[in-house]
Amino acid sequence: MLLIKCPWCGTRDMSEFSYHGEAHLLRPPAPAEVDDAQWGAYLFARKNPKGLHRERWMHAHGCRRWFNVLRDTRDDRIYATYRPGDSPPDVDAGDDNGENNGDNNPGNPT
Amino acid sequence: MVDFDNTDAMPTPPTPTPTSPAAARAPVDGETRLRELSCCGKINLRGDPGDENFTRAAADALGMALPLAPNTVATDARGTVLVFWLGPDEWLIHLPLNDTESQLQQLRQHLAPFHHAATEVTDYYTALELRGKHAADVLARGCPLDLHPRVFPPGACAQSRFGNASVLLYQPAQLDDGGDHDDGNANDSARFLIQVRWSFTDYVWDYLATVIDALAD
Repeated sequence: MLLIKCPWCGTRDMSEFSYHGEAHLLRPPAPAEVDDAQWGAYLFARKNPKGLHRERWMHAHGCRRWFNVLRDTRDDRIYATYRPGDSPPDVDAGDDNGENNGDNNPGNPT
Repeated sequence: MVDFDNTDAMPTPPTPTPTSPAAARAPVDGETRLRELSCCGKINLRGDPGDENFTRAAADALGMALPLAPNTVATDARGTVLVFWLGPDEWLIHLPLNDTESQLQQLRQHLAPFHHAATEVTDYYTALELRGKHAADVLARGCPLDLHPRVFPPGACAQSRFGNASVLLYQPAQLDDGGDHDDGNANDSARFLIQVRWSFTDYVWDYLATVIDALAD
Protein backbone atom coordinates (compact mmCIF):
# COMPACT_ATOMS: atom_id res chain seq x y z
CA MET A 1 0.00 0.00 0.00
CA LEU A 2 1.49 3.31 -1.07
CA LEU A 3 0.75 6.83 0.02
CA ILE A 4 0.88 9.12 -2.98
CA LYS A 5 0.95 12.87 -2.81
CA CYS A 6 -1.49 14.30 -5.32
CA PRO A 7 -0.02 17.67 -6.38
CA TRP A 8 -3.41 19.24 -5.63
CA CYS A 9 -5.26 17.24 -2.97
CA GLY A 10 -2.34 16.20 -0.81
CA THR A 11 -1.28 12.78 0.42
CA ARG A 12 -3.83 10.06 -0.24
CA ASP A 13 -4.07 6.30 -0.29
CA MET A 14 -2.92 4.52 -3.44
CA SER A 15 -6.38 3.02 -3.95
CA GLU A 16 -7.71 6.45 -4.93
CA PHE A 17 -5.36 6.55 -7.91
CA SER A 18 -4.99 4.81 -11.24
CA TYR A 19 -1.71 4.11 -12.99
CA HIS A 20 -1.09 5.03 -16.60
CA GLY A 21 2.42 4.00 -17.55
CA GLU A 22 5.52 5.82 -18.63
CA ALA A 23 5.43 9.62 -18.65
CA HIS A 24 6.96 12.17 -21.00
CA LEU A 25 6.32 10.27 -24.22
CA LEU A 26 6.20 12.62 -27.19
CA ARG A 27 3.97 11.91 -30.14
CA PRO A 28 5.89 12.45 -33.37
CA PRO A 29 4.80 15.89 -34.62
CA ALA A 30 4.22 14.58 -38.15
CA PRO A 31 3.04 10.96 -37.87
CA ALA A 32 2.75 10.57 -41.64
CA GLU A 33 6.44 11.22 -42.06
CA VAL A 34 7.86 8.69 -39.62
CA ASP A 35 8.54 5.12 -40.70
CA ASP A 36 6.89 2.07 -39.20
CA ALA A 37 9.74 1.38 -36.83
CA GLN A 38 9.61 4.88 -35.36
CA TRP A 39 5.83 4.82 -35.09
CA GLY A 40 5.92 1.38 -33.52
CA ALA A 41 8.49 2.56 -31.04
CA TYR A 42 6.29 5.48 -30.08
CA LEU A 43 3.22 3.30 -29.66
CA PHE A 44 4.66 0.24 -27.99
CA ALA A 45 8.24 0.55 -26.81
CA ARG A 46 8.41 1.37 -23.12
CA LYS A 47 11.23 1.54 -20.67
CA ASN A 48 11.14 -1.11 -18.02
CA PRO A 49 13.77 0.20 -15.66
CA LYS A 50 14.96 -1.35 -12.48
CA GLY A 51 15.27 1.92 -10.64
CA LEU A 52 13.81 5.35 -11.06
CA HIS A 53 10.81 5.54 -13.34
CA ARG A 54 8.83 8.61 -14.38
CA GLU A 55 5.25 7.59 -14.75
CA ARG A 56 1.74 8.99 -15.06
CA TRP A 57 -0.91 8.58 -12.42
CA MET A 58 -4.42 9.93 -12.16
CA HIS A 59 -6.30 10.80 -8.99
CA ALA A 60 -9.33 8.81 -10.13
CA HIS A 61 -11.40 8.98 -6.94
CA GLY A 62 -10.27 12.50 -6.06
CA CYS A 63 -9.77 15.55 -8.22
CA ARG A 64 -9.45 13.37 -11.39
CA ARG A 65 -6.31 15.21 -12.47
CA TRP A 66 -3.30 13.63 -14.13
CA PHE A 67 0.18 14.08 -12.76
CA ASN A 68 3.62 12.53 -12.83
CA VAL A 69 5.33 10.38 -10.26
CA LEU A 70 9.01 9.63 -9.90
CA ARG A 71 9.07 6.16 -8.38
CA ASP A 72 11.79 3.63 -7.75
CA THR A 73 10.55 0.33 -9.21
CA ARG A 74 12.82 -1.64 -6.88
CA ASP A 75 11.25 -0.61 -3.61
CA ASP A 76 8.21 1.46 -4.63
CA ARG A 77 9.67 4.48 -2.92
CA ILE A 78 8.19 7.64 -4.40
CA TYR A 79 10.72 10.44 -4.67
CA ALA A 80 8.50 13.14 -6.10
CA THR A 81 5.17 13.91 -7.68
CA TYR A 82 4.80 16.85 -10.03
CA ARG A 83 2.22 18.45 -12.25
CA PRO A 84 2.04 17.96 -16.00
CA GLY A 85 4.13 20.61 -17.70
CA ASP A 86 6.52 20.88 -14.79
CA SER A 87 9.96 19.51 -15.46
CA PRO A 88 10.92 16.34 -13.62
CA PRO A 89 12.70 17.12 -10.37
CA ASP A 90 16.38 16.40 -10.28
CA VAL A 91 16.60 13.54 -7.83
CA ASP A 92 19.95 12.14 -6.97
CA ALA A 93 18.62 8.93 -5.49
CA GLY A 94 20.17 6.25 -7.57
CA ASP A 95 19.28 6.58 -11.23
CA ASP A 96 22.15 4.23 -11.58
CA ASN A 97 20.71 0.89 -12.60
CA GLY A 98 20.32 -0.46 -9.16
CA GLU A 99 23.70 0.17 -7.63
CA ASN A 100 22.75 2.76 -5.04
CA ASN A 101 20.01 1.04 -3.12
CA GLY A 102 20.43 2.57 0.28
CA ASP A 103 18.66 0.74 3.05
CA ASN A 104 15.33 0.44 1.33
CA ASN A 105 16.05 -2.55 -0.81
CA PRO A 106 18.01 -5.13 1.13
CA GLY A 107 16.75 -7.98 -1.03
CA ASN A 108 18.10 -6.76 -4.36
CA PRO A 109 19.90 -9.65 -6.06
CA THR A 110 23.04 -8.82 -7.96
CA MET B 1 -41.76 3.77 -39.05
CA VAL B 2 -42.03 7.06 -37.21
CA ASP B 3 -43.68 9.86 -39.13
CA PHE B 4 -41.47 12.82 -38.34
CA ASP B 5 -43.84 15.32 -39.94
CA ASN B 6 -46.60 14.33 -37.61
CA THR B 7 -45.37 15.09 -34.11
CA ASP B 8 -48.60 13.76 -32.62
CA ALA B 9 -47.53 10.33 -33.74
CA MET B 10 -44.20 10.53 -31.90
CA PRO B 11 -43.89 8.16 -28.95
CA THR B 12 -44.31 9.91 -25.64
CA PRO B 13 -41.05 9.99 -23.71
CA PRO B 14 -41.19 8.31 -20.30
CA THR B 15 -42.10 10.63 -17.48
CA PRO B 16 -38.95 11.53 -15.56
CA THR B 17 -38.92 10.20 -12.02
CA PRO B 18 -37.85 12.73 -9.40
CA THR B 19 -36.96 10.01 -6.93
CA SER B 20 -33.52 8.70 -6.13
CA PRO B 21 -32.72 5.03 -5.45
CA ALA B 22 -32.70 5.85 -1.73
CA ALA B 23 -36.16 7.42 -1.80
CA ALA B 24 -37.92 4.13 -1.12
CA ARG B 25 -35.66 3.24 1.77
CA ALA B 26 -36.46 3.91 5.38
CA PRO B 27 -33.74 5.91 7.16
CA VAL B 28 -31.42 3.81 9.30
CA ASP B 29 -32.01 4.79 12.89
CA GLY B 30 -30.13 4.16 16.08
CA GLU B 31 -26.87 5.38 17.48
CA THR B 32 -25.56 6.06 13.99
CA ARG B 33 -28.17 7.34 11.60
CA LEU B 34 -28.34 7.33 7.83
CA ARG B 35 -30.84 9.17 5.71
CA GLU B 36 -31.10 10.74 2.32
CA LEU B 37 -31.00 14.53 2.21
CA SER B 38 -33.66 16.22 0.19
CA CYS B 39 -32.52 17.02 -3.30
CA CYS B 40 -30.74 20.33 -3.75
CA GLY B 41 -29.71 21.97 -7.00
CA LYS B 42 -26.17 21.16 -8.18
CA ILE B 43 -24.05 22.99 -10.72
CA ASN B 44 -20.62 21.94 -11.84
CA LEU B 45 -18.38 24.87 -12.78
CA ARG B 46 -15.10 24.74 -14.69
CA GLY B 47 -12.78 27.64 -15.41
CA ASP B 48 -9.30 29.01 -14.93
CA PRO B 49 -8.73 30.31 -11.37
CA GLY B 50 -5.45 31.83 -12.52
CA ASP B 51 -7.48 34.42 -14.41
CA GLU B 52 -8.52 37.10 -11.93
CA ASN B 53 -11.23 38.33 -14.24
CA PHE B 54 -12.78 34.88 -14.28
CA THR B 55 -12.77 34.50 -10.50
CA ARG B 56 -14.19 38.01 -10.09
CA ALA B 57 -16.97 37.35 -12.61
CA ALA B 58 -17.79 34.03 -10.95
CA ALA B 59 -17.90 35.73 -7.56
CA ASP B 60 -20.25 38.38 -8.97
CA ALA B 61 -22.55 35.73 -10.40
CA LEU B 62 -22.60 33.66 -7.21
CA GLY B 63 -22.52 36.46 -4.67
CA MET B 64 -19.54 34.78 -3.03
CA ALA B 65 -15.92 33.98 -3.85
CA LEU B 66 -14.93 30.58 -5.22
CA PRO B 67 -12.84 28.51 -2.79
CA LEU B 68 -9.36 28.27 -4.29
CA ALA B 69 -7.68 26.15 -1.64
CA PRO B 70 -7.89 22.38 -2.16
CA ASN B 71 -10.45 20.44 -0.09
CA THR B 72 -12.30 23.52 1.13
CA VAL B 73 -15.88 24.71 0.98
CA ALA B 74 -17.24 28.24 0.79
CA THR B 75 -20.71 29.23 1.93
CA ASP B 76 -22.69 32.36 1.29
CA ALA B 77 -23.78 34.67 4.10
CA ARG B 78 -27.15 32.93 4.51
CA GLY B 79 -25.67 29.46 4.41
CA THR B 80 -27.97 28.28 1.63
CA VAL B 81 -25.31 28.00 -1.06
CA LEU B 82 -22.23 25.79 -0.74
CA VAL B 83 -19.34 25.82 -3.18
CA PHE B 84 -17.03 22.80 -3.00
CA TRP B 85 -13.52 22.73 -4.39
CA LEU B 86 -13.35 19.67 -6.66
CA GLY B 87 -10.13 20.28 -8.53
CA PRO B 88 -7.72 23.04 -9.55
CA ASP B 89 -10.23 24.30 -12.12
CA GLU B 90 -13.48 22.70 -10.98
CA TRP B 91 -16.14 23.49 -8.39
CA LEU B 92 -19.49 22.11 -7.36
CA ILE B 93 -22.26 24.44 -6.26
CA HIS B 94 -25.08 23.23 -4.00
CA LEU B 95 -28.04 25.59 -3.90
CA PRO B 96 -31.78 25.57 -3.32
CA LEU B 97 -33.50 23.55 -6.05
CA ASN B 98 -35.72 26.43 -7.17
CA ASP B 99 -32.75 28.76 -7.71
CA THR B 100 -30.85 26.35 -9.94
CA GLU B 101 -32.04 27.49 -13.34
CA SER B 102 -31.68 31.21 -12.61
CA GLN B 103 -28.22 30.73 -11.08
CA LEU B 104 -27.14 28.72 -14.09
CA GLN B 105 -28.25 31.48 -16.44
CA GLN B 106 -26.55 34.09 -14.29
CA LEU B 107 -23.27 32.17 -14.30
CA ARG B 108 -23.40 31.73 -18.07
CA GLN B 109 -24.09 35.43 -18.55
CA HIS B 110 -21.30 36.62 -16.27
CA LEU B 111 -18.80 34.07 -17.55
CA ALA B 112 -19.59 34.41 -21.25
CA PRO B 113 -16.29 36.22 -22.04
CA PHE B 114 -14.23 33.46 -20.43
CA HIS B 115 -13.42 29.88 -21.32
CA HIS B 116 -15.67 28.05 -18.89
CA ALA B 117 -18.33 25.39 -18.46
CA ALA B 118 -21.34 25.59 -16.16
CA THR B 119 -23.32 22.35 -16.16
CA GLU B 120 -26.35 21.40 -14.16
CA VAL B 121 -25.75 18.06 -12.45
CA THR B 122 -28.65 18.05 -9.98
CA ASP B 123 -29.81 14.57 -10.94
CA TYR B 124 -26.35 13.13 -11.32
CA TYR B 125 -25.78 12.84 -7.58
CA THR B 126 -27.64 11.97 -4.44
CA ALA B 127 -26.63 13.17 -1.00
CA LEU B 128 -26.74 11.00 2.11
CA GLU B 129 -26.30 12.13 5.67
CA LEU B 130 -24.52 9.99 8.24
CA ARG B 131 -24.54 11.17 11.81
CA GLY B 132 -23.79 9.91 15.27
CA LYS B 133 -20.67 9.72 17.34
CA HIS B 134 -19.49 6.61 15.44
CA ALA B 135 -20.06 8.16 12.02
CA ALA B 136 -16.34 8.48 11.31
CA ASP B 137 -15.76 4.84 12.33
CA VAL B 138 -18.49 3.71 9.96
CA LEU B 139 -16.97 5.67 7.08
CA ALA B 140 -13.51 4.35 7.92
CA ARG B 141 -14.69 0.84 7.04
CA GLY B 142 -14.81 1.80 3.38
CA CYS B 143 -12.85 5.00 2.98
CA PRO B 144 -9.06 5.36 3.15
CA LEU B 145 -9.17 8.99 4.34
CA ASP B 146 -8.09 9.87 7.84
CA LEU B 147 -11.34 11.26 9.22
CA HIS B 148 -10.01 12.23 12.64
CA PRO B 149 -11.09 15.82 13.39
CA ARG B 150 -7.43 16.77 13.61
CA VAL B 151 -7.05 15.93 9.91
CA PHE B 152 -10.61 16.31 8.63
CA PRO B 153 -12.16 19.05 10.76
CA PRO B 154 -15.70 20.35 10.46
CA GLY B 155 -15.85 22.54 7.37
CA ALA B 156 -13.48 20.35 5.35
CA CYS B 157 -14.44 18.49 2.21
CA ALA B 158 -12.64 15.78 0.28
CA GLN B 159 -13.25 13.51 -2.62
CA SER B 160 -12.33 9.94 -2.00
CA ARG B 161 -13.85 6.51 -2.30
CA PHE B 162 -16.21 4.49 -0.15
CA GLY B 163 -15.79 0.87 -1.13
CA ASN B 164 -15.64 1.12 -4.90
CA ALA B 165 -17.74 4.27 -5.23
CA SER B 166 -16.33 7.76 -5.67
CA VAL B 167 -17.74 10.01 -2.99
CA LEU B 168 -17.56 13.62 -1.94
CA LEU B 169 -17.39 13.90 1.83
CA TYR B 170 -18.19 17.05 3.71
CA GLN B 171 -18.49 17.72 7.38
CA PRO B 172 -20.72 20.76 7.91
CA ALA B 173 -19.10 23.44 10.02
CA GLN B 174 -22.06 23.95 12.35
CA LEU B 175 -24.24 21.15 13.58
CA ASP B 176 -27.38 22.57 12.13
CA ASP B 177 -29.97 19.99 13.03
CA GLY B 178 -32.36 20.77 10.22
CA GLY B 179 -35.19 20.38 12.69
CA ASP B 180 -36.33 16.90 11.74
CA HIS B 181 -34.20 14.88 14.10
CA ASP B 182 -34.46 15.27 17.77
CA ASP B 183 -31.20 13.97 19.13
CA GLY B 184 -30.76 16.29 22.10
CA ASN B 185 -27.06 15.55 22.16
CA ALA B 186 -25.67 17.27 19.11
CA ASN B 187 -22.29 17.90 20.67
CA ASP B 188 -20.80 14.46 20.35
CA SER B 189 -22.64 13.79 17.14
CA ALA B 190 -20.43 13.95 14.08
CA ARG B 191 -22.28 14.64 10.87
CA PHE B 192 -21.11 13.82 7.36
CA LEU B 193 -22.62 14.61 4.03
CA ILE B 194 -21.82 11.89 1.49
CA GLN B 195 -22.48 12.82 -2.08
CA VAL B 196 -22.44 9.88 -4.44
CA ARG B 197 -23.38 9.23 -8.04
CA TRP B 198 -27.03 8.33 -8.49
CA SER B 199 -26.26 4.85 -9.78
CA PHE B 200 -23.98 4.07 -6.82
CA THR B 201 -26.50 5.14 -4.20
CA ASP B 202 -27.90 1.66 -3.54
CA TYR B 203 -24.43 0.23 -3.23
CA VAL B 204 -23.22 2.90 -0.78
CA TRP B 205 -26.43 2.75 1.23
CA ASP B 206 -26.24 -1.05 1.61
CA TYR B 207 -22.56 -0.86 2.53
CA LEU B 208 -23.16 1.86 5.14
CA ALA B 209 -26.21 0.09 6.60
CA THR B 210 -24.24 -3.16 6.93
CA VAL B 211 -21.38 -1.40 8.71
CA ILE B 212 -23.74 0.51 11.00
CA ASP B 213 -25.30 -2.80 11.94
CA ALA B 214 -21.92 -4.44 12.53
CA LEU B 215 -20.67 -1.60 14.72
CA ALA B 216 -23.85 -1.25 16.76
CA ASP B 217 -23.28 -1.83 20.44
